[in-house]
Amino acid sequence: MLFDDCLIRIDQLDFSYDDRAILKGVAMEIPRGKLVAIMGNSGCGKTTLLRLIGGQLRPSRGALLLDGQSVPDMPHAQLYALRRRMGMLFQFGALFTDISVFDNVAYPIREHTRLSEEMIRDMVLMKLNAVGLRGAHALMPTELSGGMARRVALARAIALDPMLIMYDEPFTGLDPISMGVIGHLIRRLNDALGATTLLVTHDVQEAFGLVDYIYFMSGGEVVARGTPDEIRASTDPLVHQFVYGEADGPLHFHFPAPPFADELTREVSDA
Amino acid sequence: MPDPSSKGALGVVASLGHTVNEIAQRLGFVARFFAAILLYSGQSFRRIHLTIREMYFSGFQSLLIMLVSSLFIGMVLGLQGFETLQRFGSADALGIMVALSLTRELGPVVAALLFASRAGSSITAEIGLMKATEQLMAMDMMAVNPIARVVAPKFWGGVLSMPLLASLFSAVGVFGGYLVGVVVIGVDEGAFWSQMQNAVDFRLDIWNGVIKSFVFGIAVSLIAVFEGYDSIPTAEGVSASIRRTVVNSALTILALDFVLTSFMFRGL
Amino acid sequence: MSRKLMDIWVGFFVVIGFAALLFLALRVGNAASANLGETYTLSAKFDNIGGLKVRGPVKSAGVVVGRIAAISLDPDAFEAVVTMKLDARYHFPRDTYASILTSGLLGEQYVGLDVGGDERMLKPGESFSRTQSAVVLEKLIGQFMLNKASEGTPSNK
Repeated sequence: MLFDDCLIRIDQLDFSYDDRAILKGVAMEIPRGKLVAIMGNSGCGKTTLLRLIGGQLRPSRGALLLDGQSVPDMPHAQLYALRRRMGMLFQFGALFTDISVFDNVAYPIREHTRLSEEMIRDMVLMKLNAVGLRGAHALMPTELSGGMARRVALARAIALDPMLIMYDEPFTGLDPISMGVIGHLIRRLNDALGATTLLVTHDVQEAFGLVDYIYFMSGGEVVARGTPDEIRASTDPLVHQFVYGEADGPLHFHFPAPPFADELTREVSDA
Repeated sequence: MPDPSSKGALGVVASLGHTVNEIAQRLGFVARFFAAILLYSGQSFRRIHLTIREMYFSGFQSLLIMLVSSLFIGMVLGLQGFETLQRFGSADALGIMVALSLTRELGPVVAALLFASRAGSSITAEIGLMKATEQLMAMDMMAVNPIARVVAPKFWGGVLSMPLLASLFSAVGVFGGYLVGVVVIGVDEGAFWSQMQNAVDFRLDIWNGVIKSFVFGIAVSLIAVFEGYDSIPTAEGVSASIRRTVVNSALTILALDFVLTSFMFRGL
Repeated sequence: MSRKLMDIWVGFFVVIGFAALLFLALRVGNAASANLGETYTLSAKFDNIGGLKVRGPVKSAGVVVGRIAAISLDPDAFEAVVTMKLDARYHFPRDTYASILTSGLLGEQYVGLDVGGDERMLKPGESFSRTQSAVVLEKLIGQFMLNKASEGTPSNK
C-alpha cells in the first residue's frame, strides 16, 4: 500500500465499450487531501476513469472504493447522496446556458438544501469571490470568456464544499494567463477546502508545477506513477516522449498506413 | 452497419433484418425511457413551476402560429365547403361541414403537426444541445436527475398544452368558417349555427377530438424528448435528431389518427 | 422572463384554451341541448326503424323533447325496441302515437310524438302502444306498383 489514508482505491479495474477495451487492469490510490493528476495522451481512458469514479459508468471488472464504499455496487439513491459530496468541472464548464452566473452557482445549493434566499446569496457570492468573479454574477454564461466560464463552473463545483473535486481537462483552449489563474485556483481550493483533488490533464507544464502526485496512463493502463520530480526523471521512453513533447517515439507521429511509396505509385482505380 | 460490399439478395435480406432489429431495439429503448419519465414525474410535479415554465415555451409560444393557421384553414373550409355544398343546394349545411371537419380531424391533426414542428423541434434541440455541452451530465454529477429535472417537465408541458391548443385551433377555425361563410358569402347565420349545433355531438365529435389531441400530445412530446436525449452530441447529431422529431412525429400522428378514428367513429 | 410573468402568460393560455373548449361545447356542439336535465325513460316497439340512430332527437310538435338512448331487437317478436330519455318537464297521454319520421326529404330520422286525448299520462318505464314504423322507400314504391292504388297506406301494417 502506497498511502496510509486513501480516499479512492482502485484495483484491477477493467472497462470496455461494446468490445473495445478502454481500461485494462487499472490500479490507483488517491491520498486524502492531496492534489493528484492523471496524465496521458488523448484517448487513453482518463475521462472514462473520472466517469467511473463518479458512478456514471460501471466497470466490467475490478474494485473501486470511494471513502471505503464500493461505487459500482451502490444503489441509485446512495450514489446520488455520494455525488452531493463530489464536485466535477467539465472540460468546457457545462454551465446551464439559460440561467445567469449567479443562478448557476446557486443551482446545486437550491437543489440540495432548504436554505433561505438570503443565505444562498451569501454563499454564492462567497464562492464567486473565491474565483474572482463576484462582479460577474448578473451575466449570462454566453457573455463569459472561456476562462471565466470555467471559473464560474469551478465555483459551482465547490458550491457545496465537496470532499472530492474532479477536473476534466480544465486547461483546454485557455490562454496562458487564464491557465495560470485556473491552476492557481485548483491548488488554493484544494488546500482551503481540505478536499481531495483529481486533475485529468495532458498539460505537462501546468500540471507539474501544481500537483502532489502523478499517475501516468497510456492505452488504458497505468504505465508510471510518482511525484512530479520522479516522473520528470523517468527513463520510460513513453513518459519521456510525453513530458518533453517529442513528435516521434513509442507513440508514432503517423496514423497507421501502408507505405507511402506504394500509395504514391498506385493507380487511381476509379473516380 | 450492414457491410456495403455484400450486395445481392442475401445482402438485402441481411440489411433488412438489421434494420428491423435496430427499430425493435429503439422501440424498446423508447418504452424504457417512457417508463423512466413516468417514474420520475412525481418528483417533477412536486415542483410544478418547472412544468409551467415548459407550458410557457411549448404552449403559450405556439399560440400565434396556431391561431393564424386555424383562422386560414377555417376560412378555406368556408370557401371550399360553400362551393361544393351549393351544387347540392345545401349551403345551409356549411356550418356542419366546417365544424365536423375541424373538431373531428383538422383541429387535432393539424394542431399536432404544427406543434411538432414548432415546439417538438425546439424541445429536441434544447435537450440535444444540453447533452452536447455536457449540461445533462453535469446535472447528473450534481446528483440532480436530468429526467426528473429537464425531461419530465418538458414532456408534461407538451402533453398538457396539446389539447388546449387543439381546442383553440378548432374554435378559431369555426370562427374563420363563419367569417367567410356568413359574413362574406352570406349564408344564413341562423341556419349556419343551428344546423351545426344539431349535427355536432359534444361527446362523439368534440370530446373525441380532445382525446385525439391528448394522445397526439403524448406521442409528439415523447418523440421530442427522446430524440433530444438520444441525440449524438455533435452539431450534425442534434440536427439529425431534430429532423427525426419532425418526421417521426408527423408519421406517428397520421398513423395514430387512422387508428383512433377507426375506433371512435366506426359504424356511426 | 420573470417567474411571475411566465405564470401569468401560462394562466392566460390555459384560460383561453378552456374558453375555446367551452365555445366548442356550447356554441358549436349540442352539449347544452343534449343535456336535458332531469329525464325519464319511455320505450316503443317498431316493426322497422329505418335509419334511426342512438342520440337522435325525439320531437313533439317539432320541439325536441328527448333523445334516443338505446336501440335493440326484441328476440321474441323480432321488433325493434327504441328506448328514449324524455325531458321530465313533459308528459304524454297514453294514446300518443310514436312514429319514425324524416326531417326533410333526405335529412336525419327522428321519433315524432303525436299527442292523443287520453287523460292518463304515460309513467316512466312504460311504453308507447301505438307506433308507426319508418317509411322504407323501396317497399313503398313496390307496394305502389302492385296496388296501383292511391288509397294504399304507406305503413307496412
